[in-house]
Formats: sequence, C-alpha cells, structure tokens
Amino acid sequence: MSLTATLPAANAAAQTNGEPLNYLNNGHGIRSWLLTKDHKRIAILYLISVSIFFVIGGIFALLVRINLLSPNGLFEPDTYNRIFTAHGIVMVFFFLVPAVPAILGNFLLPIMIGAKDMAFPKINLLSWYCYIIGAAFALTALVAGGVDTGWTFYTPYSTTYSNSNVLLTGIGIFIVGFSSILTGINFIVTVHTMRAPGMTWFRLPLFVWAHYATALVIMLGTPVLAITVALMALERIAHVGIFDPALGGDPVLFQHMFWFYSHPAVYIMVLPAMGVVSELIANMSRKRIFGYKIVAMSSLAIAVFGFLVWGHHLFVATQSVYLGIIFSFLSYVVAIPSAIKVFNWTATLFKGSISFDTPMLYGLGFIGLFLIGGMTGLFTAALGLDVHITDTYFVVAHFHYVMVGGSLMGFLGGMHLWWGKITGRMYPESWARAAMVIQFIGFNLTFFPQFLLGYLGMPRRYASYPPEFQVLHVLSTAGATILGIGLLITIIYFIWSLKKGQRAPANPWGAAGLEWHTSSPPPTENFLVAPVVTWEAYDFTQTEPKAQ
Amino acid sequence: MSEHIVPKKTYYIIFFALMAGTALTVAAAFVNLHNFNIVVALLIAGAKAFLVVMFFMHVKYSTKLTKLWVAVGFIWLFILLAVTMTDYLTRAWLTYKP
Ligand SMILES: [Cu+2]
Repeated sequence: MSLTATLPAANAAAQTNGEPLNYLNNGHGIRSWLLTKDHKRIAILYLISVSIFFVIGGIFALLVRINLLSPNGLFEPDTYNRIFTAHGIVMVFFFLVPAVPAILGNFLLPIMIGAKDMAFPKINLLSWYCYIIGAAFALTALVAGGVDTGWTFYTPYSTTYSNSNVLLTGIGIFIVGFSSILTGINFIVTVHTMRAPGMTWFRLPLFVWAHYATALVIMLGTPVLAITVALMALERIAHVGIFDPALGGDPVLFQHMFWFYSHPAVYIMVLPAMGVVSELIANMSRKRIFGYKIVAMSSLAIAVFGFLVWGHHLFVATQSVYLGIIFSFLSYVVAIPSAIKVFNWTATLFKGSISFDTPMLYGLGFIGLFLIGGMTGLFTAALGLDVHITDTYFVVAHFHYVMVGGSLMGFLGGMHLWWGKITGRMYPESWARAAMVIQFIGFNLTFFPQFLLGYLGMPRRYASYPPEFQVLHVLSTAGATILGIGLLITIIYFIWSLKKGQRAPANPWGAAGLEWHTSSPPPTENFLVAPVVTWEAYDFTQTEPKAQ
Repeated sequence: MSEHIVPKKTYYIIFFALMAGTALTVAAAFVNLHNFNIVVALLIAGAKAFLVVMFFMHVKYSTKLTKLWVAVGFIWLFILLAVTMTDYLTRAWLTYKP
C-alpha cells in the first residue's frame, strides 16, 4: 500500500518546468539516441527498426497472396520464389525473433525487477547495431534481386545451384544472430545480479521468467545457426564438401543443424509472447496467475525440451525411422508445458474481475489461436500423418497460427498494455478494440482455409495450383487484406496517439508490477526512490482498480 | 569475477602440457590402431580443450554458476552431435528394402 503512495509522489516532485523529467525528454538530438545506453531508449530504437521490417515483411505477404489469386499465378515462378523467401526471412529473423524480447523485454525487464538498467548497457546498444548491420546486408541482398531458396536455405540448392544472393543474406542472418545473443546475455546476467532488494526469484513477474527462459534458448541455439550459415557459405565459396553429396557431403546434415536452431527459434518467438500474455491475463482479470510456480517452470521446461524435437522437420528427409519415432514422441511431450500454460491462464479467468479492454482481447485472442496452432502441431508431429501433410499448406497454416496467432497477438497485446508506460500517451480504446476484432477475423479467414488446402494436397511454395483450389485461395487472400487493414489501423492510431493521445497516468489499468510504480514515461533511472519489494507477484491489494 | 590472479608458473605448466599433448597426438598418428586412432586423437584433443577452458579461460576460478553454464554449453553441443550421429547409425536398419 505504502509504495503506491510514495513513489509516484516522489516522481511528481521531479517536475522541471511543467513537464516531468523522463527518459524521453532527458536529452535531445540524434546523438542522444544513437549513442544512448538507456535500455528504454534502445527499446525505442528497436521498436522503430523492427516495425519497419514488419511493414516490409507484410508487403511481401500481400504479394504472395496476390499471386495466389489465380491458379496460374501472377508473377513468374522465379519471382514468386524470391517473394515468399523475402517474406519468410524478414518476418522470422528481423521481426518475430526480436519483436517481443528486444522491444518489450528491453524496456520492461529491468523496470520489472526494480533495476536502473541492464547489467551491460553498452552491450545492449551493440546488440541494436548488430541488428542494423545485419539488416543492411539483408536489405542490400533484397534490393539486388533477393534470394530464392526459401527462408530455410536447404542444401545443396543453396550452396551449389541457386544463383541468387544467398551469401549476402547469409551474412546478414549471421550478424543479426549476434544481436539476439547479446540481448540474451543481458537478460540472463540482469536477472541474476540486478534484482531489487526483496525481489526473490519467485516474486518475479512471469514476463521475466519467460524472458529468462527465452534468453537460455537464444544463448544455446543461436551459435548453431551461425555455424550452419558459416558452413553453408564455406561450401558455396570454397566448395568444401559438407552438405552437397556431389562434393562428399550430406544434405540431411544441414537440416539437422538448421532445425537444431530453428525449432527452438519457434520458442524464441513465442515464449516472450507467453510472458506478455501472463501479464495481460493477470492484470485484466485482477488475479494472480493460477499456479504461478508451475507456469514459471513450464517456461524453463519448454526451453530445455524444445531442443530435443528438431527431427520432426526431417520425417520424410531419409532420417532414420527409429530416430523419427523418438522425435515424434518428444514432440508430443513438449506440448505439455504449453498446455499447462493455456489451462492455467484459463483457470486464472475463473472468478476474476475481468475487463475487456484491448490488452485482454489480445490475451484471449492469443489463447484461442495458439490453442489451434498448438493442436495442429500435434498433427504434424505424428510420424504417419506428417507424411501426408509435410510441405503442404497445412504446415503453413499451423505455424502461422503459432507465429501470428501467438507471437503477433502477444506482441500487440503487450504494446497496448504498456503503450502508455512507454510513450506517456494512451491509445484510443474503441479504435483499438475495433482493430483487434478486424485483425482476428482477417487472420482466421486467411489461415483457416489453408488447413483445408493443405489437407487436400496443396503444396507450399508453389506459384500455381489446380483450379479447384481457387475458392479457398481467394478466401485466404481476402482474409489477408482484412488482416492488413486491421494492422494498418493499429499503426495509424499508435502514431496519432503520440501527439493527440490522452496523457497516461502512472498506472492506467490498476495493474500490479513494479513498472506501474513509476511514472509514465519513467525517468531515465527508472525509479527516483530505489524500490524494496515486500509483496508477492500479482498482489492486487497493492493497487486500486482502474478508474471508470 | 575473473580478478583472480594466476601465478605465471601455472600458465607455463599448462602450456607445456598442451605441447606434450600435441606431440602425443602426432606420435599416436604413426601407430596403427585401426578404428581407435580417431578415438585416441579425440581424447587427447578433449583433454587439451579441458585445460584451456579451465585454466586459460579461468573457469576453474569462477563461480559455480559459470561452471554450470560452461557445462551446459558442452552438453548441448553433445546433444547436437550425438543425436545427429544416431541418425546416421540407424538409418540403414530398415528391415525391408523400399
Ligand atoms: Cu519444429
């Protein structure tokens, strides 16, 4: 009780000529941003650059859908290959992987544990520069004609046969990998060493647990991606026989190494979003997350077991059948911790004081869509059924339900919950609710028909298709258009709110967590009075309900 | 952290141990052990890597948490290599010829 009263009061005392001093107005000019060591400003740098890539990736998504309006395709097949590859690479490496951790994680993790900054502020800034340099390589490759291998770079096509910009893109991905490694180091060390007095491990918000688990995956997985890309480059430049059978290599080895990173990368994309959803559900129903410890531990379980299932991408790639059986079984096992989270979020809602503000809509949207994404994951993990649906639109629909229905919903939900905290302005609530509903409808219309298409036998990455698939493809493109409009509305009102939005109070939602105990936007040092934590996570007796 | 000061003598001893390991590797290569040549070479290399990590990289003088992390890194590398090799080992076990 006492802390809520004292901290904002102390922060208000720091007012300088009308506007309270905060991280946004503390220093002006381009240098104060590009050389900043403030984790909050670095988060803003990431927000701007990642958003640009989201728009680029989105434009390529629309081009893919436009091509598939007619059975013969609109673009040349080779052009189409480059379009879907650009969509995949931009969305995976430059949007989904950094979106939640590098923006929301960077901004919130130190504040949530009561720290002044990350453990290594300069390394944090270096991570953003790695992102930008990697992005510059990838963009150059894109402008120079793009890549036609698919985002998975399967060998020997990528190393021997493709005459597109494989190397340039590979270098970009190699460098951008280090941006996530550096962020991961910071998360781990910060959580270990920078927690405020009284902030014990089991008082950490679940957002922090999820980001800690994500950092583990980043640290243990990303180096393997770097090595894989480097070996691919070595074979392409120097013809060292590693993956190409003609040179004495083995193409399945590439798939083993690639998916050793890229399956856990799914958890790099979705675990932080799960952390966001825990905050959304708890704060919007004013209840401690049911089974807090189990939800925290399930994040760690996902981080560990997520590394033991990569072979489910190789069921039809001549992988040993015996190994396939084990990978299939383990893929079922890894669904358990995800299911635990879904059940516990649902149980949290029971008898909660539920609000249907936009963050909650995204939280509920996440649960519903991730449920479908997860359950169809079990279809693809089944050794026999997967033979039928491998490389079809069923898989495309499955991972978009996880990536868009999961990560994007979580990211947008988090952006709405903390928008006031980050910018000091509130977004327009009714516009936001409408946009969320439009996105939800558009999303399902885009991807549900793709389950049907895939089951009927429509292969992924094909520029043309038999005419009987056209109805479902047109539905999907219509859905993508609606989804695009919904996202555009969100982008527009977010930008609008920067100048015209209502000023955000310190705690607009009546939410629990240290970030609501400081002003919106927070001062550069996060807290004017160093917090001492004497309560458990999600203790809603600390806060008043949201004013109506 | 790694402020621990290691006497120069330790570094010299480790250096000579690594050199001896190299000599041993070369010597072992001239003895025909059939399949076990590679095993011997890898065992010596593993021992040398252990010395480098423990002494030159100061892991011996670090906290238990750091030691745990180093161990986890190697265990993960082991998972990647071992499971991938399992694939190559059992690929041909199919009883029917497709
Ligand atoms: Cu997978």
